[in-house]
Amino acid sequence: MGGNGKMTEKKGWKDLMRGADLPPASSLEYKTGSWRTLRPVWDPDKCTHCMFCVAYCPDMAIPIIKSEKGVKGFNGRIYKGTVRLESDFDFCKGCGICAVECPTHAIEMIREEETTSSE
Amino acid sequence: MSTWKPLSGTQAVAEAMRQINPDVVAAYPITPQTPIVEFFAQYVANGVVDTETIPVESEHSAMSATVGAAAAGARAMCATASQGLALMWEVVAAVPGLRLPIVMPIVNRALSAPINIHCDHSDSMGATTIGWIQIFSENGQEAYENMLLAIRLAEHPDILLPVMVMQDGFITGHSVENVEIFDDAKVRAFVGTRKPDRYLLDVEHPYTIGPLALPDYYFEIKRQQEEAMRHVKKVYMETGKELSKITGKEYPYFESYKLDDADAAIVILSSAAGTAKDTVDKMRADGKKVGLLKPKLFRPFPYKEMRKALKDVPVVGVLDRSMAFGAYAPVYAEIKNALFELDKRPKLQSYVFGLGGKDIFKSDIEKVFNELLSGEVNSEEERYIGLRG
Ligand code: SF4
Ligand code: SF4
Repeated sequence: MGGNGKMTEKKGWKDLMRGADLPPASSLEYKTGSWRTLRPVWDPDKCTHCMFCVAYCPDMAIPIIKSEKGVKGFNGRIYKGTVRLESDFDFCKGCGICAVECPTHAIEMIREEETTSSE
Repeated sequence: MSTWKPLSGTQAVAEAMRQINPDVVAAYPITPQTPIVEFFAQYVANGVVDTETIPVESEHSAMSATVGAAAAGARAMCATASQGLALMWEVVAAVPGLRLPIVMPIVNRALSAPINIHCDHSDSMGATTIGWIQIFSENGQEAYENMLLAIRLAEHPDILLPVMVMQDGFITGHSVENVEIFDDAKVRAFVGTRKPDRYLLDVEHPYTIGPLALPDYYFEIKRQQEEAMRHVKKVYMETGKELSKITGKEYPYFESYKLDDADAAIVILSSAAGTAKDTVDKMRADGKKVGLLKPKLFRPFPYKEMRKALKDVPVVGVLDRSMAFGAYAPVYAEIKNALFELDKRPKLQSYVFGLGGKDIFKSDIEKVFNELLSGEVNSEEERYIGLRG
């Protein structure tokens, strides 16, 4: 229980909600990214924006946008329409499914401690 | 107006369920509970009730579906016995902690092994420590009325705990007796409909049910559950008084039968109490002052009231229809517990009888009374009735 910091005041048994019921909190407040030990490193230059990783990601941690202008990807081509962005590391749990599913091997899993980014 | 109907104990419970009109019933056939759901399924098929029945593939699923429905806000019921209760145990144990007011009739049957389909109380006695309210019934009439009480107890805002309503397998469950079914309109007004203060299908007010609670909160949640149990006795009495207005009967925690001036008494649950009352009558006619106490509300156990009822009886025999291997039999242990506070305690003797449906006769009970009256008792010894030596 807890994890979103809301229960940290440690209520006594008389003040808790009945049973183990909890006030509503959406998963937006529950950042599962802290579990991650492996990190997907996405190489936009190899990406065809096929949306496989987006569909497979169990945590909806790969954001997408519509781009009329298009973005540069695999083979230097410009991909227009729906395109993916960098994974959202607040929620990416590092399961590696995206890396396995990517047809162009645009995603590589590396150990968190090897990452240079400050995420 | 009430009507008298020739009903088996299981049918009587199905009648109670008809009047309770639950939103959902999920159960799986298990001897000797099966007729409850069979009879109830006819009410569903005939449109007599508004219930949705959920066919499931096992008791584990039956209780899981019942939990899901109750959490969604439904008045949800299940029914089982013996191995069925054993199979659904994981989910059964979770219900009190989830604080879901599920009522489940149990048609008591011996637990395997050896496999056996007949009555003893080993199934429900295995579930005395997990937070279900337990009420035992002597006959179909009591089982019917206890179901009506149970639904109100379970759903009371100060309680919100599940209830098991017991009756003896086959002896009560399959024997047909005249049962007085009280006026539909009056009973329906008494049982009302479930009015949950929160439920999962109320999408405007979302909340989380059944989260992980580690050492920082688990203990606190369990203490809450005990508090709910402590409210049961008061609500049981109040609700019983309300039910009395319809039935004209009383709903004590236990029945005292010719106990006041008794020189010896026995404590005995369920259908065998009926046989024992006949024995009491016969022995009283012979000039022997014997009496009986039949527990009904078993969880929470009414220690104080039992102590008061038994304190002046010189010698008490407790007859258990199950064993607690390596420990005192379950009812005996409670009675011994209840009497501890007294300065001058009755002499006590533990007896075990009727395992796996073995018959008990009036002559057996008469022997027990004569043994108690002789004073030849040993409170640390377990004696057996009807066991080949
Ligand atoms: S590693 Fe798993 S959670 Fe993270 S983006 Fe890939 S599929 Fe999603
Ligand atoms: S699966 Fe690979 S190629 Fe397809 S969008 Fe994801 S990263 Fe790009």
